[in-house]
Amino acid sequence: MKIHEFQAKAILAARGVPVPRGAVVESAPRAAEVARRLGGTVVVKAQIHAGGRGKGGGVKLARTPEEAERAAGQMLGMRLVTHQTGPEGRLVKRVLVEEGLDIDRELYLGLLLDRAAERPVLMASPAGGMEIEKVAAETPELIFREHVDPGTGLTAFQARRLGFALGLDWPAVRKAAALMAAVYRTFIEADASLVEINPLVLTASGDLLALDAKMGLDDNALFRHPDLAALRDLDEEEPLEVEASKHALNYIRLDGNIGCMVNGAGLAMATMDIIKLAGGEPANFLDVGGGANAEQIQNAFRILTLDRNVRAVLINIFGGILRCDVLAQGLIAAVRSLDVRLPIVIRMEGTNVEIGKRMLHESGLAFTTADTMDEAARQVVSLAAGAH
Amino acid sequence: MAVLIDRSTRLLVQGLTGREGTFHARQAADYGTAIAGGVVPGKGGTTHEGWPVFNTVAEAVRATGANASLIFVPAAGGAEAIMEAADAGLDVAVCITEGIPTLDMMRAAAFLRPRRTRLIGPNCPGLISPGRAKAGIIPGHICREGRVGIVSRSGTLTYEAIKQTTVLGLGQSTCIGIGGDPIVGTSFVDALRLFADDPDTEAVIVIGEIGGTAEEEAAAFIGQGYAKPVVSFISGQTAPPGRRMGHAGAIISGGKGTAAEKMEALRRAGVRVVQSPAEIGAAAKDALAAR
Repeated sequence: MKIHEFQAKAILAARGVPVPRGAVVESAPRAAEVARRLGGTVVVKAQIHAGGRGKGGGVKLARTPEEAERAAGQMLGMRLVTHQTGPEGRLVKRVLVEEGLDIDRELYLGLLLDRAAERPVLMASPAGGMEIEKVAAETPELIFREHVDPGTGLTAFQARRLGFALGLDWPAVRKAAALMAAVYRTFIEADASLVEINPLVLTASGDLLALDAKMGLDDNALFRHPDLAALRDLDEEEPLEVEASKHALNYIRLDGNIGCMVNGAGLAMATMDIIKLAGGEPANFLDVGGGANAEQIQNAFRILTLDRNVRAVLINIFGGILRCDVLAQGLIAAVRSLDVRLPIVIRMEGTNVEIGKRMLHESGLAFTTADTMDEAARQVVSLAAGAH
Repeated sequence: MAVLIDRSTRLLVQGLTGREGTFHARQAADYGTAIAGGVVPGKGGTTHEGWPVFNTVAEAVRATGANASLIFVPAAGGAEAIMEAADAGLDVAVCITEGIPTLDMMRAAAFLRPRRTRLIGPNCPGLISPGRAKAGIIPGHICREGRVGIVSRSGTLTYEAIKQTTVLGLGQSTCIGIGGDPIVGTSFVDALRLFADDPDTEAVIVIGEIGGTAEEEAAAFIGQGYAKPVVSFISGQTAPPGRRMGHAGAIISGGKGTAAEKMEALRRAGVRVVQSPAEIGAAAKDALAAR
């Protein structure tokens, strides 16, 4: 799960990471009030989940409270488009108003899991303010790494080593080491998948602060963090995906016109792949889970067909535990009750597959059945093309 | 012979009394696997469906001589159950549980490192050695005793590969579902090593997916010289970046972990990589014929 910058900063600040003074507001007059209280130049930052906000007009410098009010007024209610939002952009509902800082250097600090090493890796770079993927590709020698032993946690010597590698002087290294320890603590305590401070700034007066902050949280651990789970912002998510998640369906919307319903994540991805190989474009990823029952199938159908781009549906189920006759029964009931008019291709395999196929044929509904995945993909692609 | 489990396997089921635990223990027993008993804290001393239930894994091992465990506990206790199995010194622990927090698995992985237990999973369909034993949820009736070893990060895609190799008459030596999480106990390389030493395995099917570097590590390992032909399919060729595709580990992040990279690495190592999931079985047949 992603959270907003202001939320990440609050979580980090509570554990000892210095962040600029400021407040999040939902109206332009409140932005002016905060700017007046902070005094001097402030920065107004749109709060959406996507990166690249500066280039899209979502980060502005304001020298006076009036300028802050104007900047906030422009941002609030706009759909901010960045390279990460897609052309439709994201609605700005809140802005963060923060004190302006006299910045000497912009650094990078990131903490994430190294899957191969099975432990967290703390990464630091003097090339702050740029996307770390770009730094890694162009100047990999500017990224310093320390793997953390989960038993001991981040040691002080590792943090100092990174601080010196960044070219900081001794007083700043000590501050950096304390800040890194606080970042590590946050990562562990919040069950984070990522903590990224980019840039981490060194001010002219020698202070280190998190000028920006990004956090990702492990969805699987949210059950033990109700306070963090409450930070989920449904407006940042695709509505059909939100609806699917309410029914424990794993759905991701894509751009194509062939809806798919599959059991198992790997097979669901493979089904998208085979549609593409047959010359079509998948409209979604949808994993109905291993033990899909009639109700799940009904919900899945409803969500698939809410996507107006869908011209045909491919159902690919490998019934291992789930019996094909039970599946067929659920499909027939769902299509009848939802009055689905789209062409539906079904490829099922597994226990009682012959009984299941007979039930589909005898239902009188417009099902096409296929014996192999190849055949099913070819059929659904041609049906989707014909339905235009 | 087979790898990891065979007729000498004596299986414990952690979480036996739950719905899943009960159902799959019964299925495994019907397949001919010796179920030694269950472990459910607080229910020790009782019996469930005729099997003895113990409070701890250590106690169950002492009483029954069990050498493997199948784990069906809820996600919040998944890592604990894995560590308890390893602490009791079992040969193999198979964890089916989906949704274990990643940091819990990181701690469990550190706990496992100095111990002898081989963990399969979590978030996996487990193991089956057709005609010998099963420890997991792979349906026995689609399998056939045979020559191909299958290792996969995905559940139903494993079933596809099994079905295809069964229909083509190749059959399977052992199928290993290694799981879809970011941290798993057994890697592709571990499985490839096991299959290399197994006389019953004549070819290996590797089913990977987007995210992480497990397929690239397998490619590097195979590239150093692997005695048996390897066939591979990687799912997620059309997956968008930055989205978690069902499995916690299936995500292209920072432009890394794409299917294209993995397919290319495997091809360079001499693996027959198929683009379509429908071609897995046929490619294995060709690979065996070409030897």
